[in-house]
Amino acid sequence: MAPGGNHNRIAIFAADPRLRAALLQIALVLLVVGLGWMFFENARQNLASQKIATGLGFLNETAGFGVSQSLIPYAEGSTYGRAFVVGLLNTLLVAGLGIIFATVIGFAVGIARLSSNILLARLAGAYVETLRNLPLLFQILFWYLAVLGTLPSPRESEPILGSIYFTSRGILFPRLLFEPGAYVVLGALAVAIVAVIAHWRRTGSSRGVAGIAVQLATSVLLLVGLPVIAFVAAGGPISLDVPELTGFNFVGGLRVNPEFMALLFALSTYTAAFIAEIVRAGFLAVPRGQTEAAGSLGLRRGQALRLIIAPQAMRLIIPPLTSQYLNLTKNSSLAAAIGYPDFFYVFAGTTLNQTGQAIEIIAITMAVYLAISLFTSLIMNWYNSAVALRGA
Amino acid sequence: MRLAVSLFATPFNFALTVLSVGIILLVLPPFLNFMIFDATWHGTSRADCLPNAGACWPFIKAKFGQYVYGFYPIDERSRPNVAFALGALLLAPLLIPSAPFKWLNSVLFFGVYPVIAFVLLTGGNLDLRIFLLGRFFDLRSIVDLGVTGGLRSTFWADFLLSSSFLTAFAALAAGVIGASIRRAAAICLMVVALLGAVLLAFDLDFGLRSVETRAWGGFLVTMVVAVTGIVVSLPLGILLALGRRSELPIVRFFSIAFIEFWRGVPVITVLFFATYMLPLFLPSGVSFDTLLRALVGVALFSAAYMAEVVRGGLQAIPRGQYEAAAALGLGYWRSMSTVILPQALSLVVPGIVNNFIGLFKDTTLVLIVAIFDLLGQLRASFSDPNWATPVTLYTGFAFAGVVYFVCCFAMSRYALFVERRVNVAGRR
Repeated sequence: MAPGGNHNRIAIFAADPRLRAALLQIALVLLVVGLGWMFFENARQNLASQKIATGLGFLNETAGFGVSQSLIPYAEGSTYGRAFVVGLLNTLLVAGLGIIFATVIGFAVGIARLSSNILLARLAGAYVETLRNLPLLFQILFWYLAVLGTLPSPRESEPILGSIYFTSRGILFPRLLFEPGAYVVLGALAVAIVAVIAHWRRTGSSRGVAGIAVQLATSVLLLVGLPVIAFVAAGGPISLDVPELTGFNFVGGLRVNPEFMALLFALSTYTAAFIAEIVRAGFLAVPRGQTEAAGSLGLRRGQALRLIIAPQAMRLIIPPLTSQYLNLTKNSSLAAAIGYPDFFYVFAGTTLNQTGQAIEIIAITMAVYLAISLFTSLIMNWYNSAVALRGA
Repeated sequence: MRLAVSLFATPFNFALTVLSVGIILLVLPPFLNFMIFDATWHGTSRADCLPNAGACWPFIKAKFGQYVYGFYPIDERSRPNVAFALGALLLAPLLIPSAPFKWLNSVLFFGVYPVIAFVLLTGGNLDLRIFLLGRFFDLRSIVDLGVTGGLRSTFWADFLLSSSFLTAFAALAAGVIGASIRRAAAICLMVVALLGAVLLAFDLDFGLRSVETRAWGGFLVTMVVAVTGIVVSLPLGILLALGRRSELPIVRFFSIAFIEFWRGVPVITVLFFATYMLPLFLPSGVSFDTLLRALVGVALFSAAYMAEVVRGGLQAIPRGQYEAAAALGLGYWRSMSTVILPQALSLVVPGIVNNFIGLFKDTTLVLIVAIFDLLGQLRASFSDPNWATPVTLYTGFAFAGVVYFVCCFAMSRYALFVERRVNVAGRR
């Protein structure tokens, strides 16, 4: 504060909080713009002196590198733009499958932690503590090098369950080959599933042991019978493609890369540990009175859990679950450490190495991950508002 | 009796018990056999490990130096040791809630320790040449008394001149807008003095051999990255959190944009940004080494994560506290630093520790930008043909796994302990 006699007009003016706020913000904008301009100028000079191309023209150039796993046709002669799509699809594949597995494992472990069976609860607790307290990259490398890397070579591997082979070059499954008539069979299967669900919904589940047995039998008959009839009627349009050892490697079947398996396994089990904690906290947060009230209404334990507890717990579970899904998606970029051709490895790794256009590529990479994050939280927010309390 | 009921009460429960026992039998005996009973405990080479099916601990013994220090020169390894010990010595009382002198302790750990550790690890003696005025004028023609004790006279003359100019300018500006000239000058002098002290410590020649960061590795790098992350992210995170809750729309906008951007992208892209993109944004000729670049990346994202933790604490402070501070006539900075932040920060200590656990685990990602932390050294050590045995891989993973687990588990228990204390204090 200036002493009384020294008050001049500027001082009074400057003491106005609104003016000070405006000045501060203008200064901040100038600072940010200045910094941005400096970065831009420096980048322009550096790129010119290092003779690095600018712009997005490189996306149409020939990539010239191979990719070990691709969901769409891709060859070395394809463009960087196509490699971009290949990587993106691989990321979405591993993230999507990872989210499904992590959710299933996470809910199972989380509920197991709440079990009245002390042994099971402690076991689930040990799972959570172990997986949560080891770095994800450590776990990915462990699965990749110590587990999948030490599998036998294709020639020495023994089949498991008929024709599944675990080899150091990947895991081979029999594959279903679909011929043109296959949609009839798939359609029949879909019809059967819908019919069974509708049937169970209508009759409910409180009809005694005999009733349930009859219901189970009809369901199985429907699920198996309809597709089989369709299969025969359409002239057997689906065949099994079994992997076979020829020379040093396998031919046919579906081959899953060890990189993909390691990444998927590590991502799902690691994220599942966090989801388990969220699930546990969600269920614990539902007041005991709810369980007791359900009991006094005559609901059995399973019914109380399904109809009363779970819906309330889900409201608490979904927001943190969303951020775990986002984490999983972002963490899938650790693929770079083991060479699974995800978006990060293909684009920010190989493409950046070959073109040297760091600014464009890293900016695009960040933008893509931001977009995926935004999209996932949009979907989860929509789901969240669907299960949220009305009028709350 | 209760145990028996819980394990065998119903058929379903019985089945669960059998399943659990099955899993335990499947995992525990092989694990113990590998770690202890079948392990090789003594020996000097792979030949000693080949007959046994268990862990090859002599391998870890042989590689221990590499895991802890990387390729830090062997006869200089007492320096990282001193840095480790000093850090532990300063951190321990900070973590014990009842220990006195928290404020002094924080200043020592967050302010003084990083400077000492930097000088110890790098060797200091930066040989600074140009400060501020030197960029525009050639000061060598005015002051050039050579170099004494690692200090270049031209630089320090530049520093003194520049800081006097800055202080004078600040005092003048304060006078124009009617603020206290003395206070502006005092603040400016304090900032300059602090900066000068840090630069002096960096520039002095303590007779330590210079060790390039390229030689650093192992647990040392893990700790350097983690500690830098926490030391930088706390002040930055507090500022960002305050910015996010500010009433000034532009400040709020920039804070939200910064926080959400760095939180929305994977950590590796941040490291890639710092390693490959940032150098292009800096004036040509300004180059800094790979580790420092990674540290910049770590600081960026950890500040964003920290900001969200601190924001949680700020939101938990009742409105009445803000109003009471305003009623006492405290300005924004006064009310934040003396009323709001002390309460908010002690509320979020568990969150900060959990954040640090995440950061500690994320330090492993630096191996993707070719910096060899503990995990990187581990991976490198697998390719040593002198130790090629069937159990080398598992032994390495077992060792590193135990190290990471012990660190993270201890921290998470500590977070739980503090959380309970905070809850108890809140209930009183």
